Amino acid sequence: MSIEVRAVSKRYGDRVVLDVDELTIEPGGVTALIGPNGAGKSTLLSVAARLLEPDTGTVRIAGLDVRSAPSAEIARTVSVLRQDNRVAVRLTVRELVEFGRFPHSGGKLSLADRDVVETSIEAFDLGDRQHQRLDELSGGERQRAFIAAVLAQSTDYVLLDEPLNNLDLQQADRTTRQIRRLADDFDKTVVIVLHDVNIAAHHADRLVALRDGRVALDGPPDEVITTDGLRVLYDLPLPVTVIDGRPVALHFLRHGRNGAES
Amino acid sequence: MAATSGTPTGSPAPGSDPVLIDVEQPPGPASERSPNTVLLAVGLAYLVAVAVFMTYDIQGSLSFALELRAKKLLAMTLVGTGLATAAVLFHTMTGNRILTPVLIGLDSLYILIQSVSVAFFGALTFVSFDERIRFAVAVAIMVAFVLVLDAIFLRRAVTDLPLLVLGGIVLGGMFTSLAALVIRLIDPNEFLILEDLLFASFTLVNEELLVISGVVIAVGLALVARVRRTLDVIALGRPTAISLGADYDRVNRRLIVLIAVLVAVPTALVGPVTFLGLLASNATYELTRSFRHHVTVPISSLAAATLLIAAQFVLEELLDFATRPSIIVGFVGGIVFIVLVLREVR
Ligand SMILES: Nc1ncnc2c1ncn2[C@@H]1O[C@H](COP(=O)(O)OP(=O)(O)OP(=O)(O)O)[C@@H](O)[C@H]1O
Ligand SMILES: [Mg+2]
Repeated sequence: MSIEVRAVSKRYGDRVVLDVDELTIEPGGVTALIGPNGAGKSTLLSVAARLLEPDTGTVRIAGLDVRSAPSAEIARTVSVLRQDNRVAVRLTVRELVEFGRFPHSGGKLSLADRDVVETSIEAFDLGDRQHQRLDELSGGERQRAFIAAVLAQSTDYVLLDEPLNNLDLQQADRTTRQIRRLADDFDKTVVIVLHDVNIAAHHADRLVALRDGRVALDGPPDEVITTDGLRVLYDLPLPVTVIDGRPVALHFLRHGRNGAES
Repeated sequence: MAATSGTPTGSPAPGSDPVLIDVEQPPGPASERSPNTVLLAVGLAYLVAVAVFMTYDIQGSLSFALELRAKKLLAMTLVGTGLATAAVLFHTMTGNRILTPVLIGLDSLYILIQSVSVAFFGALTFVSFDERIRFAVAVAIMVAFVLVLDAIFLRRAVTDLPLLVLGGIVLGGMFTSLAALVIRLIDPNEFLILEDLLFASFTLVNEELLVISGVVIAVGLALVARVRRTLDVIALGRPTAISLGADYDRVNRRLIVLIAVLVAVPTALVGPVTFLGLLASNATYELTRSFRHHVTVPISSLAAATLLIAAQFVLEELLDFATRPSIIVGFVGGIVFIVLVLREVR
């Protein structure tokens, strides 16, 4: 039972934006997908969440081929936070989170479903915002509402595309701890797209770095976040130090205080 | 996206009874109107309209007048229900509430079918054909048209709204011009008969067709009631709906067939009533601020029927048949449509 990506490719016109020959994510733990803009991170996640048809290849999650298994069954197995998470109608926070229960409730919420909704709302500190409409929230509050809805879906596999977007330091900290808890306390398998390589190195067990649609680097944080590794990904010479046994890229040090390139 | 349905006020009904209306008082802000209140108000308006329509100024044989009016009422209720439900489903499917199935050219197609038939057979011969056959043929052609359209480009167009609207306008325009061309070939005397076929009329509705339409629309409503919770999820848009386990593409492929039937049957029964569905559904979204189908389908159906009855009553009883109700509804609906478009553009 794992996430198995096999020979998956996706092209737009002549441009191949995703070409992953083999990637297996074992159950449990947090895997971070990193890589520059346009590397294909969201594309990979969308294919895995069956939101996008690949041109070739298959993705299996817990043994389910995501293209052919019943959609409802997949929805009880894997949940996804999209990078561009909008819905076509106006909802309140609570309604959105309640929809997260749909795969289990079919739209009729049981008492147990309501408990899960309540817990998810509280976990993301949205109690006093729960009757507010999504379009009346700040960017970070809205982001938390969408993560809470994903949490409410209670799946073994959780795919999160840039969940820390728009979050302040405190909320980002809260969210990364929630994500860690999912893996540590609830045995979930979490795949998370992150841009901040230091947060990725600090919270993830494994980093998979994409570049130009291919897996460029793959391994534990201290093997991926190195000066050489970061040069491969971002074409920048970045010093890396170690804090608390985890690599930390000092990306801000390249610029002098006046902002000039060093 | 700015184009959205109204705002819901609270949680979905947890009710377990499989009826269309199971609205629980939502725990949302008290200032917003609850769907129940709106349903009650619209239901009451419908009953008042029915009562007035049935009893106003009856002359001559009571039983004859009542029967005639009851038939008209039934026709208007069916037409309102079919068109309003189709509009709501179309909005759910496209994620856009200013679209109507009319935009894919169905009304113009109906006009074309009637014009060509009259030109081909001659008005008198055509009108003398069995009404059931004329009805069935018109419905079949309209539904087939939607299916062909769906196969060649609607499936893509649903995710590509400008293409859909453009395609509808182009096709509608083409049908209209073709019809205009055909109409030129028609004898002026025959044209009067054609005009009768083209403008929705509730006066002379075939009883049998009324029953058939009633059954078809009732079956459609039952289907909608059964999958209403899935439809609520479909309304969230493709990615969200799929993430939540709805079989988005398959549901939509079936939905388009249902929409085609729900538009074709009323249109073949009485003629085109452009914009009625759009008017009633948008009024419902405004009033209830909900997109939930157990709210929007019954309320917009009742609203559409009430609108038709009111228009018919005003025209027939008060203004002595100066014009057809569909023209009034089309006029008012057209204005509302323009207002909605302008509001979306801003
Ligand atoms: N619908 C589309 N049509 C054409 N190209 C597309 C489409 N969607 C994505 N792409 C291209 O695919 C590439 C990969 O996109 P993707 O969203 O997966 O990148 P990403 O790694 O998530 O980037 P970011 O960090 O900016 O979110 C991009 O270069 C993008 O231009
Ligand atoms: Mg992305």
